[in-house]
Amino acid sequence: MSEQQGAGETLTGAQSLVRSLEAAGVTDIFGIPGGAILPAYDPLMDSSIRHILVRHEQGAGHAAQGYAAASGRVGVCMATSGPGATNLVTPLADAHMDSLPMVAITGQVGASLIGTDAFQEADIRGITMPITKHSFMVTDPAEIPTKIAEAFHIASTGRPGPVLVDVTKSALQSQTTFQWPTEINLPGYRPVTRPHAKQIREAARLILESRKPVLYVGGGTIRSGASKELATLAELTGIPVVTTLMARGAFPDSHPQHLGMPGMHGTVAAVAALQKSDLIISLGARFDDRVTGNLDSFAPGAKVIHADIDPAEIGKNRHADVPIVGDVREVLIDLITTLRTEQDAGNTGDYEGWVAFCAGVKKQYPLGYDAPADGGLAPQYVLERLGAISGPGTIYTAGVGQHQMWAAHFVSYEQPNTWINSGGLGTMGFSVPAAMGAKVAMPDHTVWSVDGDGCFQMTNQELATCAINNIPIKVAVINNESLGMVRQWQTLFYNSRYSNTDLQRRSRGDSGAEPPSVRIPDFVKLADAYGCVGLACESPSDVDATIQKAMEINDVPVVVDFRVHRDAMVWPMVAAGTSNDDIKYARDLAPQFDEDDL
Amino acid sequence: MAKHTLSVLVEDKPGVLARISALFSRRGFNIESLAVGPTEHEEISRMTIVVNVESSPLEQVTKQLNKLVEVIKIVELDPGASVTRELVLVKVGATADNRGEVLDVVQLFKAKVIDVASDAVTMQIVGNDGKIQDFLRVLEPFGIRELVQSGMVAIGRGSRSISERGKPVAVPVPPAANA
Repeated sequence: MSEQQGAGETLTGAQSLVRSLEAAGVTDIFGIPGGAILPAYDPLMDSSIRHILVRHEQGAGHAAQGYAAASGRVGVCMATSGPGATNLVTPLADAHMDSLPMVAITGQVGASLIGTDAFQEADIRGITMPITKHSFMVTDPAEIPTKIAEAFHIASTGRPGPVLVDVTKSALQSQTTFQWPTEINLPGYRPVTRPHAKQIREAARLILESRKPVLYVGGGTIRSGASKELATLAELTGIPVVTTLMARGAFPDSHPQHLGMPGMHGTVAAVAALQKSDLIISLGARFDDRVTGNLDSFAPGAKVIHADIDPAEIGKNRHADVPIVGDVREVLIDLITTLRTEQDAGNTGDYEGWVAFCAGVKKQYPLGYDAPADGGLAPQYVLERLGAISGPGTIYTAGVGQHQMWAAHFVSYEQPNTWINSGGLGTMGFSVPAAMGAKVAMPDHTVWSVDGDGCFQMTNQELATCAINNIPIKVAVINNESLGMVRQWQTLFYNSRYSNTDLQRRSRGDSGAEPPSVRIPDFVKLADAYGCVGLACESPSDVDATIQKAMEINDVPVVVDFRVHRDAMVWPMVAAGTSNDDIKYARDLAPQFDEDDL
Repeated sequence: MAKHTLSVLVEDKPGVLARISALFSRRGFNIESLAVGPTEHEEISRMTIVVNVESSPLEQVTKQLNKLVEVIKIVELDPGASVTRELVLVKVGATADNRGEVLDVVQLFKAKVIDVASDAVTMQIVGNDGKIQDFLRVLEPFGIRELVQSGMVAIGRGSRSISERGKPVAVPVPPAANA
């Protein structure tokens, strides 16, 4: 298929695999060895590649995701066949949903054993077909360099995504030759990055005609590295900006045009701006149900310009009046050029009333929270202080739930790739291993893993990996002793019947004895057991000092157990399945809009 | 709901069929008929897929199909500008007494007898969906003992070919990072 460069030399398939990974530019791999992948681990010992031995393959996968999200480079993880491979399923699905460039290498049983239900055999290629961008099975060792080159090309171009390369043990053990390909032949893979000029002109026309436009910025803007261009377009036109959960950091939170995050837990200003707009300019966003709420009543008066590198996203959920297939950065560059030309000819949009309305809503309904009446610790306050003390350039990862929403809102993001979370799949346990990966990719940046106590207990074994491999991440456990987001729904929609959301023992035992007051587990002791520094904080007055202390420890990982008020809820909120018009600013509190200004 | 016929050119690689059929089921579509086979190009297979679906979800499936790395081209064939054929093998009960009637039907439909037993006749018929349905309706009274049907294959009318386009462009690979 491909032309080869250089004369081949004889080596094992395993050596060829490691050589191929080196040739593809890989510097770090997260993984765990096992029977089928074992041959590859031998040449890995002599490689320039740093292999980080994790404690669970899921950790390897999320670390590769964090690595990719923080750096924009392809994250790589490695696992053996069977259970090693199936443990990668969640990270692969997560990377697929959030469009992260990732290559997963799995060992497979020997070619002659495939299909025999051999020891540690799983059809991982079949299992992961719907959750990978593409996958390969390699049985012929001669194909290893080509397939690795193709895997990295597919993972990192177009709409990025995870690619699985399943290599049989027999291929790893056979003799072969190594030749790095000079070109790739994938006749069915031709991502379009250059937007169509006619669509750009049409988009510019709609932008100039509209009176109430909004820039609806999605994760694609981060992946395409288009933050600078976004800022240019926003400032050129004065159009208000909303950044989705996946796009936090794409546009500075401190910018006056920024209305915050839209969606189920979006700011009132961001949700209202989309609802009442007459033109949504969607940049690498996908009209996810968590953004639109009830689709039929979403932004009823808005026309839509939908720019995305993936044609299948355009018009999937919401009709696009002007579809633009292309890389967001290139789309923005072309839009800027076109709109500048119009401006020079005296054509500018008239958004004055609209901008004032949005600014008014933003001012009237800022993000806020009530301090707990009992003097306890408000989780929102912890995040606010964490962001303020850690400063710009800090990378934050989050798990899924209340802490994720508070981290998305109350930390101020000024730069892209500093907010990393599991948006699409919503994977609890993402935070710690993702932070590990981000820290490996960006060792000079402070990396805070913001986590809930539920999430933290799903993957905290990677603290051992961090401690042993000198990956000094910092973990802020927002500990409300419960599965907080589910508990919030139980409070709001299930008459406060807390079925299976309490993570501590509260009821009396059969003997009628008081439940013990110890926390199970004690995260400070747990941190200590993992060779990390454990700190605890339960009073608002200690928050700053505790964060400062954590910031000063840079030789080992730090875990801070922030013991927060357990009844705190995430607001604003649009109840699932309802219209974004029914957003509540706080419980039973709907915002009032003065639309006479419009 | 309407019937749509998709012609899909794919790389002839293991797992392609699984990817495509899985995509249909994941998006909630039932494939009515599927035929796969080689083409005039050695490395390319062609699938003819018939689905019963509204046009807007079909567009989403087509776009998703296009994203599959091994899918090279998808064309929806317009019924008016294409020819469709299916093949059916059917076995009916027929003794010496009524075999003549069965053979009349065969002749009428330009079908073919491919096997005869003392109490049965096996026939093949090639045609479009309408012709085949008519044929089977006429055979019904004789008692259909067994029936097997191929997926539909379809081809556009006229001189143009589905694969008429430039040679696929190879993408250069960055030189080895450690070279």
